[in-house]
Amino acid sequence: MFRETALSGQTTFFQKVRSLDYILLMCILLLGIISALSMYSTDGGEILYHTKSHLLRFVIFFSMMLILSFIDIKFWHSTGYIFYLIVLGFLIWASLYGITSSGSQRWVDLYFINLQPSELMKIAIIVCFAKFYHRVQINSVNSFKNIIIPLVMLITPILLVVTQPDLGTSILIALSGLVVLWLAGVNAKYFIYSFLGLLISLPFVISFLKPYQKLRILTFFNPDKDPLGAGYQIIQSKIAIGSGGLNGKGFLKGTQSYLEFLPEKHTDFIFTLFSEEQGFIGSVFLLLLYAIIIYRVGKIGSTCRSFFGKLFCYGYASSLFIFISVNMSMVLGLLPIVGSPLPIMSYGGSSMLATMIGFSIVMSAKVYQKRLIA
Amino acid sequence: MISGGSDGGYRKFSLVGRRMFILSAAKVIIFGGIVARLFSLQINENKKYLTLSDKNRLREWKLPPVRGDFKDYFGNTIAGNLKVYQLHVIPEQVENFNHLIVRLKSILNFDQKTLSKIIKKKNSQKAWETLIISENLSWDQFSKINFYLHELPGAKPVLSVARNYPYNENFTHLLGYVAQASENDLINNNEIKKRHVPGLRVGKIGLEKTFENKLIGSNGIQRYEVNAYGKRINQIDYIEGKKGEDIRLTVDTKVQEECNNLLKDKAGSISVMDIYTGGIIAMHSSPSFDPNLFLYGISFENWNKIRENPKKPLINRTITGLYPPGSTIKPIVALSALENNVISTNFKVNCTGKMEMYGQTYHCWKDTGHGVVNLRDAMKVSCDTYFYEMSRRLGVDRLNETAKKFGLGAKVFDNAYNEEKKGLFPSTKWKKNNLGKGWVLGETLITGIGQGYVQSTPLQLCLMTAQLANGGFKIRPKIIVSKDDHDYEYIKNKMEQNFEEKMKGPEQDDALVDFGDFQKDELYKPLFRNRENVKFVLDSIFASTNEVRGTSYGSRINDKKYQFAGKTGTSQVKKITETQRELDLDISQIPYNERDHALYVAFGPYKNPRYAMSIFIEHGGSGSSAAAPLAKKLFKVIIDRHEEREKIRINDKLNTNV
Repeated sequence: MFRETALSGQTTFFQKVRSLDYILLMCILLLGIISALSMYSTDGGEILYHTKSHLLRFVIFFSMMLILSFIDIKFWHSTGYIFYLIVLGFLIWASLYGITSSGSQRWVDLYFINLQPSELMKIAIIVCFAKFYHRVQINSVNSFKNIIIPLVMLITPILLVVTQPDLGTSILIALSGLVVLWLAGVNAKYFIYSFLGLLISLPFVISFLKPYQKLRILTFFNPDKDPLGAGYQIIQSKIAIGSGGLNGKGFLKGTQSYLEFLPEKHTDFIFTLFSEEQGFIGSVFLLLLYAIIIYRVGKIGSTCRSFFGKLFCYGYASSLFIFISVNMSMVLGLLPIVGSPLPIMSYGGSSMLATMIGFSIVMSAKVYQKRLIA
Repeated sequence: MISGGSDGGYRKFSLVGRRMFILSAAKVIIFGGIVARLFSLQINENKKYLTLSDKNRLREWKLPPVRGDFKDYFGNTIAGNLKVYQLHVIPEQVENFNHLIVRLKSILNFDQKTLSKIIKKKNSQKAWETLIISENLSWDQFSKINFYLHELPGAKPVLSVARNYPYNENFTHLLGYVAQASENDLINNNEIKKRHVPGLRVGKIGLEKTFENKLIGSNGIQRYEVNAYGKRINQIDYIEGKKGEDIRLTVDTKVQEECNNLLKDKAGSISVMDIYTGGIIAMHSSPSFDPNLFLYGISFENWNKIRENPKKPLINRTITGLYPPGSTIKPIVALSALENNVISTNFKVNCTGKMEMYGQTYHCWKDTGHGVVNLRDAMKVSCDTYFYEMSRRLGVDRLNETAKKFGLGAKVFDNAYNEEKKGLFPSTKWKKNNLGKGWVLGETLITGIGQGYVQSTPLQLCLMTAQLANGGFKIRPKIIVSKDDHDYEYIKNKMEQNFEEKMKGPEQDDALVDFGDFQKDELYKPLFRNRENVKFVLDSIFASTNEVRGTSYGSRINDKKYQFAGKTGTSQVKKITETQRELDLDISQIPYNERDHALYVAFGPYKNPRYAMSIFIEHGGSGSSAAAPLAKKLFKVIIDRHEEREKIRINDKLNTNV
């Protein structure tokens, strides 16, 4: 107990402020500005509803993240399961009394915000696993009990989200969880076996899919088959990005989005709009910005002395990477269209909240990097 | 339990570090893949996607082509284009169509009928097709629409052009008219299909139809940027269309108007032709109608009025009406007889008013008879008995040869009018082939006075007269002025040359020598064997108009400048029974449909003729009382216009020579 106090408990507030990762903060801030400008572009060069509300959310959640950064990492560790259970509770609430929009029951009405708990689950699952593996000894990581409990914890929310139905988010939750399992040291052969198992069961899985989901997968393999129907989004997205060229069409000059050829341009296809207007250079710059963020989060993880903090940072960095690459691959026509927002860039309060909570845990891991958790 | 520090804790930390390292490597590869994909889309395939993006956002709108004008010989526009104010709506772009239409109704004062018509039209076309609310707004309505435009989202006031016929009913049959392109027009004419826009007017009949491809012009193009829903955002480009070719006709508006006046309230036709160039000076069929009525869709009342008129205004009598030519054919019969040496000019017949032959009685139009007449007198007084005897000796087949040479039984124009009729001049062979019966000799007699099987259009009679009047030379009738047209002087010289060549050729005084196939007769070549015969016939026609007892003596003009020569014709519609003959009814006592057709063919000025004409009055009575007087009035106008025409001709000639 003494050592703990000596190492981290006695740091002053000023020291804590100094120990924040400013490069990471700057990158997030820059990303926020870019996202606000992109929203401004989707609104047709006017400050309308989307721009205003996106900017407001960014400011509120970014400030919240700064404040939460000073919460001791121990707090996150001790509330890990509770956080997970609360989000799970919201998921059950959503599936029972949720708000239905465009055929999917995803939201719960919290009076001040329409919360999409599945977005929060992307973070909660990482916190929960980080806490779980914090205590597990290396020798017993691959024991039956230590495999089956996380799997139950992972599959429960996934089933809830799939039945909403929201295939995209459930895949992302699954990938987030799996990547933490991998990092925690679960034997690689399990991954290989389950991958093979999935491959074999794929025909059965597909038979359970909704018709529109099947169509999306078919469309992915041949978007030109039905250019005005299911293939429309991906074709228009590729046209927009491709026509951007090296330098892009210029800010507010993306004809594909401005003339409304782009679907979902506020949310899933925000990168398409950005890429059309800013071109190859802008796109690579944005990708670089994300890469720096992922790198910084990973770096914080590597300096963490607690296994909880380390695993969370690694896990969060990896899931951020997954969200980004799935979204980009999707709009670039490399993956089938599944609903997956681009962190911070995409319009959406829950996604923004979840992302910022993630950053605040990372930041608190940085501030309290020397903290050991018993 | 302390998690850090122990050996197990260390191994745990190093494992997670290792695995993170592996993941990081994967991340670099995947991000690299994304960059590669961006590169391939944005750099390598940029051109392809840029084109696709432009294809997405740019739409072209074809504008209606502006139709070429028709001008008369003097350059007056007889079919042109009028600026019109229209109101278009694209239903797809209107939020609340019913609301808009109610608002428009009150602004434009539409009645309920117009309104339901518009709604019907809207339902019959696609939502993105332009709906023409009104084709012809007054300036008042147009400015009102513009004033209220802000409360009429989706309504588009448009400045357009529409066909206009400034001379109304004067040129209707000559030009034809235009109306909205039909399904058939699109199928039959590729040029129309290529240029088609909603509301496009195309030629339906007459020259408007024949020269459609010349007149139609090319579409203007408006290029707009549109959004994903097809809504026009802004205009990017505008390419002006090319107006169709103007077509200059040989006709003279003044003469045409006079023809229209002369035929007011009558059913009939007048055609006037230049006897050397073959140019049509005027060509009118009466009654006519105003083609402007068809432009915006004719109203039911107007259409019924035209359709139910017993005189049938829709028929172009000049080229599609077939009538027995009556005595107007006598010059050809006389010429044929002379050319074939059947009679000499001194041949005499005693006319007693009727003639018994083959067991039937053939009457002369004059019951009391003409007494002993020679050929010249027979032409002058139009003695039927003389022509019965002459054609009996001539035979129908030799008459047929001559008649065909002079243009009977064949289309006058090559291809100016699709609807033109050929008419018929009988022969023994024709009857055998078509009716399956042998020729009866009595039929020759009535053929000789232009009755029986003979059927001709009024224009054919005009051509026949023109080819006689120019001295018996073949000409090609035409209605369109073109650069390669031969001038009057050239033609006249050419005719003389051709005649001299013919004289140098082998002598042909054998009566039985075949004239040859009439269709092979070349332009400006003589159609006769002996020039004197033609001269004699022309002189006898002159006598018919300008000497006492001549059938059209009453319509003569003594002034040498205007003096003309003509032959009357009265053709029977119905066989006259003996009782009717005895009654000798006045024309007003005979039902309209049984009255004779009145005809008159003429040429002038007599000294050095230039123009030929044919006048036809359907059920007009006798040629001398109904048709010939019109010629007198018309010749005044034609000859007075001649100087003007010559000025233009000489001017044209100078221009082409330069």
